[in-house]
Amino acid sequence: MQFLITVLLDGLIYASYLFIVSLGLTITFGVMKILNVAHGGFFAWGAYLASISIIYLGDNEYNSFLYYFAIFLSAIIVGLFFGYIIERFILRKMYNEDIHLIVLATFGLFWILEDLILHVFGVDPLMPYYPAMELGGIELGGIFQGVYSLTLAGLAIIVAFICWYFLKKTKYGKVLQSVIFDREVSVSMGINVTKVYLITFIIGGMLGALGGAYIAPTISVSPGFAIDVVVMSFAVVVIGGMGSVPGALIGSLIVGLVRAFAVHQAPILELFIIYAIMAIVLIIKPEGLFAPPKPRKI
Amino acid sequence: MFKGILKEQTIQVGIGFVFIVVLLGTFILPEWMSNNFMYGLSRGLAVLGLMILWRTNLVSFGHALYYGFGAYAVAMAQKYLGVTDVFLRIIIAITAAGILGFVLGFILRRYREIFFAMLSLAFSMVLYGLLAKAEFLGSTDGMSISPSTMFGFELGRFGLFYFIGFVVILSLIFAHAYLRSSLGHLTTAIMDNEIRVEYLGYSVEKAIHIKYVISACLAGGAGGLMAAALGQVDPDSMVLWSVSGELVFVTIMAGLGNILAPFVGAIFFEFIRTYAYEFAPQAWQMIIGGTLLAIIFFLPGGLWSLFQKINPFKKEKK
Repeated sequence: MQFLITVLLDGLIYASYLFIVSLGLTITFGVMKILNVAHGGFFAWGAYLASISIIYLGDNEYNSFLYYFAIFLSAIIVGLFFGYIIERFILRKMYNEDIHLIVLATFGLFWILEDLILHVFGVDPLMPYYPAMELGGIELGGIFQGVYSLTLAGLAIIVAFICWYFLKKTKYGKVLQSVIFDREVSVSMGINVTKVYLITFIIGGMLGALGGAYIAPTISVSPGFAIDVVVMSFAVVVIGGMGSVPGALIGSLIVGLVRAFAVHQAPILELFIIYAIMAIVLIIKPEGLFAPPKPRKI
Repeated sequence: MFKGILKEQTIQVGIGFVFIVVLLGTFILPEWMSNNFMYGLSRGLAVLGLMILWRTNLVSFGHALYYGFGAYAVAMAQKYLGVTDVFLRIIIAITAAGILGFVLGFILRRYREIFFAMLSLAFSMVLYGLLAKAEFLGSTDGMSISPSTMFGFELGRFGLFYFIGFVVILSLIFAHAYLRSSLGHLTTAIMDNEIRVEYLGYSVEKAIHIKYVISACLAGGAGGLMAAALGQVDPDSMVLWSVSGELVFVTIMAGLGNILAPFVGAIFFEFIRTYAYEFAPQAWQMIIGGTLLAIIFFLPGGLWSLFQKINPFKKEKK
């Protein structure tokens, strides 16, 4: 029983964090048909920016409410700044290129973002543990669990709800869906697709940065730590279905729970099993488990 | 298939190029510089494999699978069978990667575009997951490889360099023979229109499968040579997805124009990396990333298109 609770808790927390990151990736793919490797760069930048602000706030003993403000603000800043630059000056010139070239370009951007971090934030690992320390921990079914990690699950639910509301209930959501469905018809209907792409990319970047920024207080933020996250969120997106929001949710739950189970039961299989699932899903249902149905076009 | 191949200009230039590189590397240049040539030639094999795939517009973001598999096959053969002979090593690496490619090819040959890329990525990460966590495979520390021998004698660095040159020449000949055969021409046709190729009576899947196995063998051979050259195999620098990304990057940097391009590109890449690391240790990734973007934007044909403009051997079009 205790084992089950541990696995469930670990799995859910990891899944929430994966969900936030891969939601950004899947939205970018769904709308723009780009596999954005640079997403890892957003993630790392969010984590770093949040870390230094939290460390600054914590060292000077500011109000702890400001920590959360700092986390969201850094995600927004990173998304706006890099999202705008990358989309406006690089990706926008490439939409007619081969899809593989675009992936490669984002791969190059990932490298650049990674190294910029070394120059801006230095090479020493940062440990912004203040928010996690302040909230302390509670006992759940005999297991000691940090409260901060639990709030991550809450954040994931809020993000999922906002996303659902935005896509299904607002006008902009409908515009977005029409662009996903058929770009050219949307253009002819008077939708400014260029602007939609820019905003989508920025929001996707913000979500990636938010994942990094929110997880930062529970880990040690060091150079190169984003490299695993990129490919892990690729796995999530592929399992759930590229471009599908519910898919990202289910995919991150599968990956999170399976990984937690493997870590506790058979650590040797930790990475193996995730990518094995990814491969099996691709073999059986290449579009992913929850891929949106493809419009039939002539 | 191989009839008259030595008379072809591409092969003659290629053999000349490899000779020059090997002579430069063994007699003239200092060791640190000649290492770049050696690694470049070895990795060029894997890039050649990717280039052959790319000609059908299939881009594998997981080719480090075969690269690493070949390298680990060499390590395993040494650990359990005590194989250090360089001929056996390269044969083991190529066969192991070829068999793996043959098996996975049954699945992958049905996939195109981004799904092909993602599935190959998934396969390579499966191998990475195993290697990085398994103690008896050395986990993230990897395994060390003892110096290569030939017929019982120690080969030494120069000997290994000659051997790599020899393997590269053989693969150039083989790759060229394949690409100019009707099977090779077919794969370019597949890129243009699969249905038409099927109507002509050829099996698209079979053609892609053969191509995939050839590509896997080349990548495996590259891994085997690299293992022997570095004296060390480890998952992070041999199997991780970023290694696959690097290989794809070198392919696009080199250009798809000629079978020699991958080797030129791979050597060039080794030089950028070494120099960038030497002079700007905290910015070498940025330099590589910037080069990648610059090539994509300003030199879509790759480095090879530069050579084509100044090619002294260029034939007049009839």
